[in-house]
Amino acid sequence: MDLLYKIFLDPFVQMGSAPDLLLQTLWEGLVGGVLYALIALGFVLIFKASGVFNFAQGIMVVFAALTLVGLFALLTRVGVSNAHLAAFAALGLTVVVMLGLAIAVEKLVLRPLVNQPDIILFMATFGLTYVLIGLGELIFGGEPKVMITNELFLPRGAWDLEIFGGFVTFQHIDIAAAIIASLMVAGLAVFFSKTRIGRALRAVADSHKAALSVGISLEQIWVIVWFASGLVALVTGIMWAARSDVSFALQIIALRALPVLILGGFTSIPGAIVGGLIIGVGEKLGEFYWGPLLGGGIESWLAYFIALVFLLFRPQGLFGEKIIERV
Amino acid sequence: MRAPSSPSEIAAGDVLLAAENISLSFGGVKALTGVSFDIRKGEIRAIIGPNGAGKTSMLNVINGFYQADHGTITFKGVRRGKMRPYEAAEFGIARTFQNVALFRGMSTLDNLMAGRTLKMRRSFFWHILRHGPALQEEVEHRRKVEEIIDFLEIPHIRRVPVGRLPYGLQKRVELGRALAMEPELLLLDEPMAGMNLEEKEDMCRYIIDVNNHFGTTIALIEHDMGVVMDLSDRVVVLDYGRKIADGAPNQVKQDQAVIDAYLGVAH
Repeated sequence: MDLLYKIFLDPFVQMGSAPDLLLQTLWEGLVGGVLYALIALGFVLIFKASGVFNFAQGIMVVFAALTLVGLFALLTRVGVSNAHLAAFAALGLTVVVMLGLAIAVEKLVLRPLVNQPDIILFMATFGLTYVLIGLGELIFGGEPKVMITNELFLPRGAWDLEIFGGFVTFQHIDIAAAIIASLMVAGLAVFFSKTRIGRALRAVADSHKAALSVGISLEQIWVIVWFASGLVALVTGIMWAARSDVSFALQIIALRALPVLILGGFTSIPGAIVGGLIIGVGEKLGEFYWGPLLGGGIESWLAYFIALVFLLFRPQGLFGEKIIERV
Repeated sequence: MRAPSSPSEIAAGDVLLAAENISLSFGGVKALTGVSFDIRKGEIRAIIGPNGAGKTSMLNVINGFYQADHGTITFKGVRRGKMRPYEAAEFGIARTFQNVALFRGMSTLDNLMAGRTLKMRRSFFWHILRHGPALQEEVEHRRKVEEIIDFLEIPHIRRVPVGRLPYGLQKRVELGRALAMEPELLLLDEPMAGMNLEEKEDMCRYIIDVNNHFGTTIALIEHDMGVVMDLSDRVVVLDYGRKIADGAPNQVKQDQAVIDAYLGVAH
């Protein structure tokens, strides 16, 4: 009885008695969720257009962030004295580097492996992961670096708002992350639904053969999606590293996106966003209210557990396409 | 049997596409061996033959899905080497597929608009803004697509995701997407496969109308002999990857090699 009370009633009593704490937990969950959603978005973009599960998405986040910080250091060394100017020049150059990466991946990895089974392309992205790790360490070194938040005009500090008789803290950087992520998602949505290239992307996602027959170049589309997901990786890298620092340990967050993808569906952009938010909030609530029952630390596996339950009942995810075929 | 015609023998205006001595093999399997034929501007050309004769392979070579091992394709007087499918599309070759290949998640309208991808020239920044020239362009393409939708009598399914449509309508949407490209040469791979009589008659009517009204040259693969004899101006017959006959429908029908190929030869 006591255990049932602790599981089913006590947490809700706590939520009701201290709404400020609940709000704080929800907010932190949402912020974490936004970042999960961003990573999942990078996966979904590439999976939709080419059917490839890109294992390298996590290292692309690290690589983008490292390149940004590295180029900033280089630019200041060669005598760009204005820090803001150097930061934004480095940002622009990093975008160019991500475009170069997309072109290289298409030319060296995807094109030679066209028409191979999906598992081969998946393994190729494993290879790409280790190439990028090696390349990153070779060029920028392995030690953690500090993200250039001030130079990029990213805000610091926090607002403490008095709500429900307590204080709830909103970090400025978290608010900025939420706004930038929303803008980027809105931009991608418009790009996908309103433009000629967006229509071509959806066409490729549906049928390679038919897309080729109407004159869509697969090579060009692949470069575009890898570039788009490189940009998503760059934004994710900046936002994530602003809260900790830039290190290779960050690539592990790619694995954190897996439950998000299972929840939201591999082919759905809204799914990635909603899935990210559910996982983010679920983790924090679970850790805060139910964690003590199990001695804490459930944040690290709760998401996978939720994903497992989802796999049992809704394998295509919340928004994924259910595949029905005539037999 | 006609002698294979080469572009130099016939005025360039007459022949739209000439395939010369095309050979194609997959590993040890010879799909096509030394096939030559031409397609004249404005005609309906049928490619027939028993299963596995290499008909679809021939279409795949023409629109660049396969690269021939030997032989050349001359289109609009230009002899071309290796060609990718999207380049074939740029040259004005559209096609449909034996088992329908549509953008299943997209509406009929979007499927047809996708067919106009190559005709759109404004950069996507303008498209995002939906402003000025890009908006005008979108409206223009939309008008053209609506014409095709009316022509194929499918206005009621304009907004329906095509994955949900019955098979016969999917085939019609696929034809519509090919027409949206305003092709000079339209390749139809078994446009009537799996249709009932009524649907077949409709499809025949559309094919004849496309040929008459738009002046589109058509090459089609079909198994229904009645349809082939009614529709086509000239027929080329393949068997085991070789051309065994080429000529007017009536002439081909009486050709002994063709009869043997279809009925089998008693030994």
